[in-house]
Amino acid sequence: MTTTPQAQVKPKAERVPGEASSFALMVLLAAWVVPGAGHLLLGKWVRALLLFVAILGMYLIGMGLQGKIYTPNTGEILDILGFAGQLGMGLLYVLARLFGWGASAVLNTLADYGTKFLVVAGLLNIIAAVDAYSLANGRKAS
Amino acid sequence: MLSHFSAVLLFALCCSVVFGITQRSQPKMMVRFGAYCFVLFVGGVIVASWVMWLIKH
Repeated sequence: MTTTPQAQVKPKAERVPGEASSFALMVLLAAWVVPGAGHLLLGKWVRALLLFVAILGMYLIGMGLQGKIYTPNTGEILDILGFAGQLGMGLLYVLARLFGWGASAVLNTLADYGTKFLVVAGLLNIIAAVDAYSLANGRKAS
Repeated sequence: MLSHFSAVLLFALCCSVVFGITQRSQPKMMVRFGAYCFVLFVGGVIVASWVMWLIKH
């Protein structure tokens, strides 16, 4: 029995949802470095713009309120947690450290609010980056 | 200069935008979930404020 040429053609490899790929990792990295960049790479520019404005807005408000920028090696557990949260801001955190933006200590109540804005901005950026990664590897549909 | 309440409103707005986009798939549901989060944030703050006022008085 002979097979037709059409039957011999192998089926095209389908993308498995949740499968890691270099593109998905690139999206994750880009989304961490610049808020919204992951969604922009995926062509979802409205979401990218909204995420960028929301996270950058929290960063600017935090800086305006003289929020504290945490450093990694103080030895205090709360400082380490604050540093981990703020590291989620990616490039924005690096810029703050490079140019000495923000405060080194919390001086009043609003500065404490500012510190929370900065930590939450980092955490929200991590959520946004993971969302972009899920979109890139097919785990999230749209 | 921001007041405490306006800081809360901005915080709730930014968080709600990110939550809406990341936790739902369809644009309509994103808006609905974002609005739901915003109401919960601000409502929670108002309730907590009244509770603290009652405790003080």
